[in-house]
Amino acid sequence: MTAAVFFGCTFIAFGPAVSLFLFTIAREPLRVIFLIAGAFFWLVSLLMASLVWFISVQISNKESVSQQKGLLIFGVVLSVLLQETFPASASSHHTDSILLSGLGFGFMSGAFSVVNILADSVGPGTVGIHGDSQHYFLSSAFMTMAIILLHMFWGIIFFDGCEKQRWLAVAAVVASHLLVSCLTFQNPQYVSSLVPTYVVMFFMGVWAFYTAGGSLRNLKLCLTCKDKDFLLANHRPR
Amino acid sequence: MSVSDSDEELYNERTALVPAQNPAVPSYRPDPELSPTEDSDSKMPDPGAEPEDEEEEPLKYGAKHVIMLFVPVTLCMAVVVATIKSVSFYSEKTTQQIYTPFSEDTPDVGRRLLHSVLNTAIMISVIVVMTVLLVVLYKYRCYKFIHGWLILSSLMLLFWFSFMYLEVFRTYNVAVDYPTVAMVIWNFGAVGMLCIHWKGPLQLQQAYLIVISALMALVFIKYLPEWSTWVILGAISVYDLVAVLSPKGPLRMLVETAQERNEPIFPALIYSLNGGRAEPQSPRLRPVTEEELEEEGVKLGLGDFIFYSVLVGKAAATGGDWNTTLACFVAILIGLCLTLLLLAIFRKALPALPISIAFGLIFYFSTDFLVQPFMDNLANHQFYI
Repeated sequence: MTAAVFFGCTFIAFGPAVSLFLFTIAREPLRVIFLIAGAFFWLVSLLMASLVWFISVQISNKESVSQQKGLLIFGVVLSVLLQETFPASASSHHTDSILLSGLGFGFMSGAFSVVNILADSVGPGTVGIHGDSQHYFLSSAFMTMAIILLHMFWGIIFFDGCEKQRWLAVAAVVASHLLVSCLTFQNPQYVSSLVPTYVVMFFMGVWAFYTAGGSLRNLKLCLTCKDKDFLLANHRPR
Repeated sequence: MSVSDSDEELYNERTALVPAQNPAVPSYRPDPELSPTEDSDSKMPDPGAEPEDEEEEPLKYGAKHVIMLFVPVTLCMAVVVATIKSVSFYSEKTTQQIYTPFSEDTPDVGRRLLHSVLNTAIMISVIVVMTVLLVVLYKYRCYKFIHGWLILSSLMLLFWFSFMYLEVFRTYNVAVDYPTVAMVIWNFGAVGMLCIHWKGPLQLQQAYLIVISALMALVFIKYLPEWSTWVILGAISVYDLVAVLSPKGPLRMLVETAQERNEPIFPALIYSLNGGRAEPQSPRLRPVTEEELEEEGVKLGLGDFIFYSVLVGKAAATGGDWNTTLACFVAILIGLCLTLLLLAIFRKALPALPISIAFGLIFYFSTDFLVQPFMDNLANHQFYI
């Protein structure tokens, strides 16, 4: 049973991201490198946020639980802000890098959030004996999937906003990132955190689609296999 | 690719095997004169984007080489991490070894640090002595001696270390009889020796080189004490830097002597991407196409594979935490990417260890001490960032 939980949660969390990787990135070596560079920059931003949090914890009163929780929330907010400043400073104008640094961020963020949980889910036993929610693994997996896709959408909108000087778009990305992170403070009430997150993800997805040049017409052409550019690019005979 | 009819007659089972001797191309040096042409199965270019494509060609060509090295390095690290996480034999405490006589069992931090530095000094001096010996032998053309030495060491790797690897059976409680083990090890080892020292299909050669790097890394992880491993990794990166870049460095002298004599460096020690596809020894039936020149790509030494895997494997073995392992993995890949970028700029032999190991060590210690408590706390409350 634990194997089922492990595989199920892994595929839920990483399924869309890995399929994106396989279909669009794995063929192009340059894109893979951008992906890994994106993951690296996320890691650096996390490192800096952890450093600040660690120092603040050492200074603070370690006995007070509420203070520790407050510091943790501060750490979360700081890390979100740092994550948003990194792509701004490290951006190149190569068209591919936009999508990929977002996805790289997403992969790394999702992996860091969920890998240890997945490793524990294989082990003997499961969560919930002391009254904690039994849906811990499943909700983590769904949350991770949403976060990975969100990072990719945020990356697209953020870079487009930076290039076209649309600061409202940039502010909206930062605000929605903060919103999603703060929604998770309500865990384990999963309904109030997961549902709004998925709503935000849907809106961001639509926005990113239009930002990247998509339209209903393109979508229709693509889905009915009539889009010549798409077919040529993927060697499929008409 | 090539147009000549006589090519088809030459292609049979014998020529399909790629000899282990690499072509006489200076190692670590992509050919500067060649214009990077795309492979024959490239996509049809978008007519509007052609000027942009021409600028991107060198970038894509370089990126292809980077990925062709990422894949074996990732495979090696994956094998090592998977083994460490599942087979406890390689993370168990072991008896004191002769190369690292100073024990790390003391509770005093300063004493432990001192012992690990002393252990490192012993290991590094052994490595320096062996390297200098190898260079001296090569300079005085004692090829038979060198070949014998390499054959002995690959024998040890392929037979003894893979026999040790069979501990995996004990983990999964699989009962195997000795005759089966003997046959499996004999076949594995014999084919490995052939592939590495004589001829074999390219992918089998590459697979064997990855496997022996992984086995060597696992043995290092098992037999080196914890703190000594980290100090050794740092020291060997510094040694690599000095040995390859300084004018009297042994590795630099080795590469230069090999280039002067127009000989390949020992195939048993180097992972090459396309070893031996163009054979300058055979009579030329057609002019060498640009694609053939392009095929002779970058080479990476096995020692680099081994030490990358030691770093990631040790990160996986100590602490049991996947975040640290992932962070080290990404750091090493980015270091490798930067090293290859420098290679494309400087076009001469470069040490592959320093940048990757430096990034790896920085990320290991910072993730272990700073990021891990933060992420643990977040995971407890299920906060997401």
